[in-house]
Amino acid sequence: MDAVLEIAGLQKTYRGRKGVRRALDGFDMVVEAGQVHGFLGPNGSGKTTTLRTLLGLIRANGGRMAILGQEVPAHLPSVAGQIGAIVESPQFFGNFTAWDTLSLLADAGGVRRQRVDAVLELVGLKDRAKERVRTYSLGMKQRLAVASALLKEPKLLILDEPANGLDPGGIREMRTLMRTLSESGMTVLLSSHILGEIQLICDSVTIIAAGRRVAAGSVADVLATHTSSSVKVRLEPGVDLLNAAEVLRGKGAQVELDTDFLTVGNASNPAQITRILAEQQIYVSELTPVSADLESVFLELTGTAPVEGQNRQVDQVAAAGWGQ
Amino acid sequence: MGSVSLYKAETRRLVKRRFTKLFTIGALLILAAVAVGVFLTNEKVGPSQIAEATAHAQADYKQAVERTEQEKTTCESVQGTARAADYPPNCEFALPAESDFNPEWYMPPTFDLKENFGDMVTTMAAVLALVAFVIGASYVGAEWSSGGMMNLLLWRPRRLQVLSTKLSALLVGMTALTIVVAAAWTAIFYGIAKTRGVTTGMTSGVWQSTALMELRALVLVLVAGALGFGLASLGRHTAMALGVAIGVIVVFQFGVGAVLSIANVKFPELYLAPFWIVAWMTKKYTSEDYNSCNFDVTGGCQPETLTITWQMAGSALAIVVVLVVGAAMWTMRKRDIT
Repeated sequence: MDAVLEIAGLQKTYRGRKGVRRALDGFDMVVEAGQVHGFLGPNGSGKTTTLRTLLGLIRANGGRMAILGQEVPAHLPSVAGQIGAIVESPQFFGNFTAWDTLSLLADAGGVRRQRVDAVLELVGLKDRAKERVRTYSLGMKQRLAVASALLKEPKLLILDEPANGLDPGGIREMRTLMRTLSESGMTVLLSSHILGEIQLICDSVTIIAAGRRVAAGSVADVLATHTSSSVKVRLEPGVDLLNAAEVLRGKGAQVELDTDFLTVGNASNPAQITRILAEQQIYVSELTPVSADLESVFLELTGTAPVEGQNRQVDQVAAAGWGQ
Repeated sequence: MGSVSLYKAETRRLVKRRFTKLFTIGALLILAAVAVGVFLTNEKVGPSQIAEATAHAQADYKQAVERTEQEKTTCESVQGTARAADYPPNCEFALPAESDFNPEWYMPPTFDLKENFGDMVTTMAAVLALVAFVIGASYVGAEWSSGGMMNLLLWRPRRLQVLSTKLSALLVGMTALTIVVAAAWTAIFYGIAKTRGVTTGMTSGVWQSTALMELRALVLVLVAGALGFGLASLGRHTAMALGVAIGVIVVFQFGVGAVLSIANVKFPELYLAPFWIVAWMTKKYTSEDYNSCNFDVTGGCQPETLTITWQMAGSALAIVVVLVVGAAMWTMRKRDIT
């Protein structure tokens, strides 16, 4: 499969009064053609900086980027017509209508005006197209932003938080739209914090933390690589859970006690659990592997899982520092 | 084709903006009010107005003579009393001369196209320059602050081309507006002069001079538009341009003006922008230093003068525009868009 988007060793440094901050620290990403690719990362991890740099809005301090086989930003003007993008929250001139906004973009980009009606229909704004954008809700502005990105029938669609402000119906419509676009051959790069959505929509993901890639690949691969070896253990009714936990801990297991079950954290061989407990006349009624979802993998990889009694700061990641 | 479509889109965006429409209409209303005011306060001078003015002048002359003679009589009657001190010695009163009551001064105001139209062109230039400054600032400032500029750059990544196309659309738009308004302005005041004044002395040379003055007015409007545009683009907000304009007026004009006059600087006008603009429009402005004395051939005292020519003023305008627009282009090219 051809790579539509390639980023290698991307660096961006901000110099301010408080010193130097590395927003991107050798970031890599590859997006294959025809995929819906999720781009995940906690706030301040460098997602938007990456997208802005890719689109020529920010100048990188180092690294290499290519879109549709062309080096950017050097060849951005020649490939810009094939990239539809929204970056961060949708921003439009409030006094123009949605139709005016899109037709001005169409004129500026040499796109035929008929496309304006087509994309307004596609995102569900056809009936409100003649109203001023300032009267729109956040969700409607988001739809307009997606419409503006689709206007030039791009080969690569870059959407930064497209589900922001959308109602549940809108989120589902957006999901369907992404799928339809992908099936039509469009490559979609999707940045979002709604990890359940990403898991449902995306073929592959890249996870960024502290300006570096911490995971990449198909969703299944990323989940498989980081699937925990935890097992949920339920015992016969009436059995003392605390006693069972002590028995397992005595054999070196990491056990978390819950109200009516135990979770064994390092159960690489679950059969061991049944054997150890059976030796003590304690019988297991349920033994279930705890499956990892994208959210838990994300929290683990980015080191942003909430810790009781602590208020995590925006730039704060796990002490170990993935990719350091 | 790409640049043409961008230019057309930007022209459409400029014209479509409510701010552009409101300010243009506002400027036209102000200019219309000026024209109506001039029309109402002037009238045509004919034989009856001349006769009336002559009669008025003669009546005033007679009244003045009578008053002087009455004063002389009173003076003579109080000689030898204490009140004599209130009058000149020997009751020597100079009788008023008839030439002191020139009938021309009693004429109603009449609009002399040759004499007065220059001021009207300056008025038009000032109003349109203000409009160009504000529209230019708002046009690009609103684009920056609303995120429209970023959206556009996602379509057209050549930043300098985008900014210069926007500037071109603004300048061409303001040129069209100024040409139309100047043509209408000239026609209106020609009409006013015909109905409420005189058009005598309007030789082809005078018309040529008027046309050149209107051309300078156009340049002033374009300079103001480019400055508003450049400042708002530098600050990425309309308020930046308006803030700088207010800052320049308050700090540099009132503040510097006050400091210069306290410090007894020789030619304070040299440091104040309005005089440079006047010099540009009227071809020259001469500042006089009344504290100096240059003896002339008759032994009289002549103040030292400094003349700001239109060439000097034009160069100053060009330097300011190049600096501001150049800085706007440079930052457009270099600064990250966040």
